[in-house]
Amino acid sequence: MHLDHSHDHTPAVGADAHRADGTRRAFRVGLGGPVGSGKTATVAALCRALREELSLAVVTNDIYTREDAEFLLREAVLPPERITAVETGACPHTAIRDDISANLEAVEDLEDTVGPLDLVLVESGGDNLTATFSKGLVDAQIFVIDVAGGDDIPRKGGPGVTTADLLVVNKTDLAPYVGSDLARMAADAKAARGELPVVMQSLRGETGVADVAAWVRARLAAWTA
Amino acid sequence: MTRAGVRATARIVARADGRGATALPVLDGEGPLAPRRTRGESGEARVLLVGAMSGPLGGDRFTVEAEAEKGARLRVGSAAATIALPGQAKEEAHYDVLLRVADDGELHWLPEPLISVAGSDLRVRTRVELAAGARLVLREEQVLGRAGEEPGRLTSRLSVRIAGRAVLDQELACGPGAPGGWDGPAVLGGQRAAGQLIVVRPEFAAEPVRARMLGEGAAVLPLPGPAAAVTAVAPDGLRLRRVLDEALALLR
Amino acid sequence: MSRAALLVLADGRFPAGGHAHSGGAEAAVRAGRIDSAADLADFCRGRLHTAGLVAAAFAAAAALGADPVELDAAADARTPSPALRAAARKLGRQLMRAARATWPSDELDALARAFPKGAHQPVVLGLAARAAGLGGEDAAHCAAYESVSGPASATVRLLSLDPFDATGVLARLAPELDLVVDRAVAAARLALTEGTDALPAASAPLLEIGAEAHAARPMRLFAS
Repeated sequence: MHLDHSHDHTPAVGADAHRADGTRRAFRVGLGGPVGSGKTATVAALCRALREELSLAVVTNDIYTREDAEFLLREAVLPPERITAVETGACPHTAIRDDISANLEAVEDLEDTVGPLDLVLVESGGDNLTATFSKGLVDAQIFVIDVAGGDDIPRKGGPGVTTADLLVVNKTDLAPYVGSDLARMAADAKAARGELPVVMQSLRGETGVADVAAWVRARLAAWTA
Repeated sequence: MTRAGVRATARIVARADGRGATALPVLDGEGPLAPRRTRGESGEARVLLVGAMSGPLGGDRFTVEAEAEKGARLRVGSAAATIALPGQAKEEAHYDVLLRVADDGELHWLPEPLISVAGSDLRVRTRVELAAGARLVLREEQVLGRAGEEPGRLTSRLSVRIAGRAVLDQELACGPGAPGGWDGPAVLGGQRAAGQLIVVRPEFAAEPVRARMLGEGAAVLPLPGPAAAVTAVAPDGLRLRRVLDEALALLR
Repeated sequence: MSRAALLVLADGRFPAGGHAHSGGAEAAVRAGRIDSAADLADFCRGRLHTAGLVAAAFAAAAALGADPVELDAAADARTPSPALRAAARKLGRQLMRAARATWPSDELDALARAFPKGAHQPVVLGLAARAAGLGGEDAAHCAAYESVSGPASATVRLLSLDPFDATGVLARLAPELDLVVDRAVAAARLALTEGTDALPAASAPLLEIGAEAHAARPMRLFAS
């Protein structure tokens, strides 16, 4: 964190909790995970669950420009001016971890154009198990895997599975069809993550995204406190 | 016969005569540069540059100055292509063009193409200085070599200022001896004709031109000011003219 | 002057957004103009002597203390493609963020205030070099090298080109790159007394046209 303001009032570093005008910036949550695990569907569901109570916006990091942003636009989960796509030059993990400058600009531009925001969801393009967000970009990160990707993923670990602030095991409704052992996945995740929380989720089920939404609310409350 | 470089200047000044027409109080030329008044549309003065000799040759230095004063409408063309030829002097030739347009003035600068012949070496410098309320249509076309011939060396810089602010400054260098890669995939990609069309209209400030492609080899480019450029490359001069004509129809 | 500071600034991993841009290589690949290491070499050579020379001269001029606001206007005039102007400002803004965090400087702060949405990248690069204690020649080297290293690494991704071939292309361009830097620095020094018209304006029609074709394409890997 670069909280030393001796040089200028405009913070040069994204981890700073304040915007250029001195007001508090939005809480930023990153969502990463392998291709097809349901990151975009989770983002869409979170938007629907939280948009009445929070001012929120989404930044997507796509491999081919704007696919995920366009899905969110088609689904009309937020007004179009609250959704921005960052182009990543075929390397989404670079844009969320090694060189976060484009994402920071996208977040700041959203705050400038649509007014004060409570929450910005930053979605990574589908990537591998090692992709994690820089702490300079997000305040908390969610890693989304799914049961169809193989029930050994929690056991294999990797930085996403072991260190994310929340692990979501998605598409639990598919477990019987793909032969995945949910109990084993939960146990492996617990072993790999210790006290860090895990949510088993089916967006088609009755609770849908409610557990993840509750976790986001709690983190946001703690951050603003 | 050895021939020292020729220096020649042509000057054209167009002035609104106060009765809705445009007069030409200055219409001077010398040697190879001969401006002739021809019949134009009502309200405008039309001038044709007639080349009395071929050239420019190596060592020559030609200058053309044209000015449209407040409210004047001037249209300048040329009777034939300008052909850059090798000279016996080993030096390069220079062709300088200075165009000025005052408020409410209008200049159409539409010469025939410049053909860069094998062995020639020509530096073209075109400066355009426009008042805030001036209008301009400018076309420049470079053809690299006559049919089936290698080009000469050509360096052509074009700059446009509106009310003192530079809105365009571009230099194309090509032909043997030009910096490397000029014929490669970043610059001309083997095409043998390149050109630009510049259109300046005060109305563009309120209604900017939209960027768009014109086929594979040309694009309409809104400039940082009430101006647009069309940059085009083509296999030959004929096809280049076709796309620039299409562009001009779009920007009228 | 620290040679190590130059390595930090010129490092391809310096977090200033360059990884998402191909320097026109993606457009050239899609148009069939780059299909091999030899094509890449031709492309890079052409880009080096046009956009690279101009960027190097602007970076050098900024590093030598020329007025960055005037330089920015002159860079705009040398960039007729609106897609390239947007990319140059976007990259300038990202570089500004990285540079201010790395080498805090009043001059960088002032430029950031004058251009909140970004100044042209070579101008920011020159001021960043200045803030890092580097000179005009260093800034020009950075800009000239970036003008070819970006397309080379993008082409490795786009064509699955052998990375050793791509690096070989860069290595073989090195002597020409040094010459471009010499020209750029000479022009930058002249610009200090004669103004920005003394800076080169070398242009590449296919880079401008290709940038617009690329911007209009709905599916692309790189931003420019």
